Amino acid sequence: MAADTSTLPDALGEVAPPKGRHGAAAWASWVLRRLGLAVLTLWLVSILVFVATTALGDPVRAILGKDYNSDKARVAQLTAQLNLDQSLVTRYFHWLGHLLTGDLGTSIASGGPVSQLITDNVVNTLVLVVISAVVMIPVAFGIAMISTNYRRRRPDTAIQTVLLMLAALPEFVIGILLVAIFSTTVFHWLPAVTIVSPGVHPWNAPKTMIMPVATLVLAVAPYVSRIVRATLLEVLDSDYVELARLKGIPERVVMRKHALLNAIVPGIQVIALQLAWLAGGVVLVEKVFNYPGVGNQLVDSVNNHDVPMVQALSMIIAGVYVVVNLVADLLSILLTPRARTAISA
Amino acid sequence: MSTTADAVSVAAAAPRTPSTFQKALKQKRFVVGGVITVLVALFAVFGRFVAPHGQNEVVGTPYSSQGALGTDYLGQDVLSRLMYGGTEILVIALLATVLSTVVGTLIGVVAAYGGGWWDEVIMRLNDVMLAFPQILLSLVVLTAVGQPRAWMLVVLVGLSNAPRTARIARGVALGLVSRDFVHAAEALGEKRSRVIVAEVLPNMNAPLLAEAGLRLTFSIALVAALGFLGFSTDPSAANWGQMIQENRLGLSTQTWSVLAPVLIIGLFTIGTNLTADGIAQVTQRGGDD
Repeated sequence: MAADTSTLPDALGEVAPPKGRHGAAAWASWVLRRLGLAVLTLWLVSILVFVATTALGDPVRAILGKDYNSDKARVAQLTAQLNLDQSLVTRYFHWLGHLLTGDLGTSIASGGPVSQLITDNVVNTLVLVVISAVVMIPVAFGIAMISTNYRRRRPDTAIQTVLLMLAALPEFVIGILLVAIFSTTVFHWLPAVTIVSPGVHPWNAPKTMIMPVATLVLAVAPYVSRIVRATLLEVLDSDYVELARLKGIPERVVMRKHALLNAIVPGIQVIALQLAWLAGGVVLVEKVFNYPGVGNQLVDSVNNHDVPMVQALSMIIAGVYVVVNLVADLLSILLTPRARTAISA
Repeated sequence: MSTTADAVSVAAAAPRTPSTFQKALKQKRFVVGGVITVLVALFAVFGRFVAPHGQNEVVGTPYSSQGALGTDYLGQDVLSRLMYGGTEILVIALLATVLSTVVGTLIGVVAAYGGGWWDEVIMRLNDVMLAFPQILLSLVVLTAVGQPRAWMLVVLVGLSNAPRTARIARGVALGLVSRDFVHAAEALGEKRSRVIVAEVLPNMNAPLLAEAGLRLTFSIALVAALGFLGFSTDPSAANWGQMIQENRLGLSTQTWSVLAPVLIIGLFTIGTNLTADGIAQVTQRGGDD
């Protein structure tokens, strides 16, 4: 299960092209406006994260559990560490200031600095997501093209039904089914969980990465594939493709040169949305395979009520989400001639 | 109440003689999905009354093959726990879907109908919520909470779905607010709230229904996922998501203890998704947008 494409933001609709200015200036102002919105979004997200982690419940009570009433010294110490004696606004700006200067605070569970604890995991997760994306894109486009080739005939219907069912499955369901099939029950080919000693990156044992990557690809590819197919069908029914066919250009070339290139822009939008979704989706997949990434760490930190860790990790995940969307908007504007001229004209 | 406005809105609605539901019944996806959904839902609600054992009753040694689906990590009957474990997921997901549909529709329609600054500010805030992967919102809030309660899960899942519904609702409403029958109602001096309730909302039913179906799929997945991560209202009670987690170690020896809850969650989401897709196909083809 991945982010649903029905809520796809429309990059072209969101940016009203500036009028009265020309060329580079218009471009610069458009990019600045878009950057400003990204920063604004991140700022609002930071308020949300801070309020949700510290103000909605009592973190000290959650951390100490049953010890809350007996261990007064620890209560006082934690209250001081989390600055809970100050007002919410003071605490927020205190935290934000440290965040902006790169100081992510001290983990409550382990006592070490957060930034040191998460560096390896951030790298591991990024590698996992990038590999999944690299595998997913050709797979999704390939399936879409096969499906389009048999458009509105039986193989197409079959492929679309399978994709729809795959899209409905939650990612942890896909993950566990893969484990059952490939490592524990049917075949015994792949390791069920990622076991690496601390400090060692999982890609040093490539076999352990196969199933996490496969799970993410299976969770995301159906959505991309469905959108690309819809775009391909639309293009193939258009007048200029008909003209190309009438000119005697073989269907293969029509598909490659005329249809596929036009399907790329909507493709980028979905891919970006799915990549951004991956930032959250890895949480469950990493948990299924015990992959040493930010998602796994986030769940453990939430279980330990380790407030500084949760704040840092969720800001990183939200940050990735915002940046990916920003890049996608830029790319789709750059790749759409119509939108390009709308901005610089 | 004005007869002119009513006449106009009736005229706009007149062409769809067969209802959305009747048209949907001709869709294979809708029928298959609907049947699966209803069967799983019935199992989740009424299964507990015919379960062979109690949900916390130890019937044998851990991970033995006793009973239809064997026993789990504590020696409890897997089939019985499966019959008990769906109720909470179903109820929370349903309530969350109702909440997200109501809140999301309200946000979307107010943004579309308000226009201008209203639209800009509301949708910008909406985008901030969208910048948050759904599971993350729940996890962040659960950090400061000791033991989640059912209403918390409903609110969390519902609110994390609402911005997505809001986007759809705004899109649909934008197509309606510039239509003649809305202008007619405004010209007759209807109050803004009344125009929204009486003119705009009734014409959004079908697309919103498809959206709600999709939200239900996501809600089920999210509630089950939270259970899988160990966040459920009662750690000892049976819960499909949690069953996967607690029996993980027995996957190779007693496969059904894990596979049964996995398969039923998968079946449920496939059912609701097919149903939603069936409705969406009908509204896209026969709808007026």
